[in-house]
Amino acid sequence: MKMAEVPPFTIESFYEFAKEKRLMGAKCKNCGALLLPPRPLCPKCFGTKFEWVEFEKTGRLLTYTIIHVAPKQFEPLVPYAVGIVKLKEGPNLLGMIRGVAPEKIEVGMSLNVDFDTAIPSQWPAWPRYHFRPP
Amino acid sequence: MSLVRKPLVSIVSGGMSKFGRLKGMYAREIFAEAAKEAFDRCPNLDPKRDVEALIIGCMSEFFEHQSHTGAALLDWAGLLPVPSIRTETACASSGAALRCGIFAILSGMHDVVMVGGAEKMTHRTTPEATEFITTASDFPFEQWQGITFPGLFALMATAHMHMYGTIEEQMAMVAVKNHRHGALNPKAHMGREITLEEAMSSRMVAWPLKLFDCSLITDGASCLILTKPELARRFTDAPVNIVGSGQASDTIGLYERDDLTTLSAAKLAARKAYEMAKVKPEEIDIAEVHDCFTIAEIIAYEDLGLCKPGEGGPLVENGVTAIGGRIPVNASGGLKAKGHPVGASGIAQAYEIYLQLTGQAERRQVKGAEMGLTHNVGGSGATAIVHVYQRG
Repeated sequence: MKMAEVPPFTIESFYEFAKEKRLMGAKCKNCGALLLPPRPLCPKCFGTKFEWVEFEKTGRLLTYTIIHVAPKQFEPLVPYAVGIVKLKEGPNLLGMIRGVAPEKIEVGMSLNVDFDTAIPSQWPAWPRYHFRPP
Repeated sequence: MSLVRKPLVSIVSGGMSKFGRLKGMYAREIFAEAAKEAFDRCPNLDPKRDVEALIIGCMSEFFEHQSHTGAALLDWAGLLPVPSIRTETACASSGAALRCGIFAILSGMHDVVMVGGAEKMTHRTTPEATEFITTASDFPFEQWQGITFPGLFALMATAHMHMYGTIEEQMAMVAVKNHRHGALNPKAHMGREITLEEAMSSRMVAWPLKLFDCSLITDGASCLILTKPELARRFTDAPVNIVGSGQASDTIGLYERDDLTTLSAAKLAARKAYEMAKVKPEEIDIAEVHDCFTIAEIIAYEDLGLCKPGEGGPLVENGVTAIGGRIPVNASGGLKAKGHPVGASGIAQAYEIYLQLTGQAERRQVKGAEMGLTHNVGGSGATAIVHVYQRG
């Protein structure tokens, strides 16, 4: 992504940043709301002016599940854990939890956001992120 | 006899197809079965003369490679050439059709409308059906990251267990209860009882949810005939009045919500419906709630005010929501045992309440039921629709 111009505040841009292993959200210049994912219209004040904010990629686990029956593309991974993490900055993110045995996963544990290196070829060819213990 | 509420509309008839694996039958044919029952139940109704429009809930065109579902179902129900409209709010699609039917009558545009729902699902493989249903969740930040539809409700279950000490056995008790009810319903998809042991030892789908915590992939259709309250007696001596209607929304992504132990849209929809009906939760005699997963029924008890937050597990454990208990929930068997043809479920719930409040629920009849409620949820709670009914 060319940094000379400000990327639009869209989901596509979020995943473009993810290719650079950066977790980026939008901050509304009008009301200060922090949006992850970024949106072109602030749902709090209807503002349309934003700036990009880089997240620290760390947070705490709110809840999790262990998926045993998965869609075809994720079938080779079962059983795998998926959780929702409350990021340090406030917004939440959902993703797979790796690098920890399912029985060791606990609500409230600290997790970091990491990015997959391989980018799926299927539409929309976005890189995936996941959580792992620090 | 409780206070007579101001009706929004009256239900004068209803129909529901057999729910199950209806081999070789497609949505329009299954809907025709439901429509025929509604016509037969109401001899004073001349469908071709009286029914002025059809509003139909259907979730997905993927199953049958068929959009424009309203037109197909209308034609097969013999109702050409009146207008048809399809509503879509995922698993609450026909709850939305019911609300739009109310709008159509209250606007004064129509005197009599048919509302309904249909979904044909079982000709697809389970992975295909699961994938189609999962499209009701957020694509970029949920589906793409590997969550499944049962997984989303499992995330709520884990949060509920962590916050309130709800246990897997209590979720299994929802399944046992609803299968006990479903065994009394000849139209239920899975009309047999199950044991707690069987539910607890069924294979894991998305921990903590097991196979018996999940509703069924089902073919089915449902419908109701609605009219203006002042015209109801022209069609039947035993109408059921809809006295409250509420709908609310939440984020499409479950992950964006901070409290994962409740569906705020359901709480809001319930509050609106109760206020409109001037009814308190404790005045409800019978409820059909959206038990797409067992945890969803436990959360529904709490969101509807049938108990306090966190007390949903003990409520089912103590038998309060079984037939014979203080507030029977899902006497029909619910989505769990009756089955969940997604687009048909909302109006199938209303059909059950219609039968119950008119004393036509046969072996599963809740004696003396006068006030009923339905709770229909779309996706992981981005849409919730609640209706309150009173015997007319």
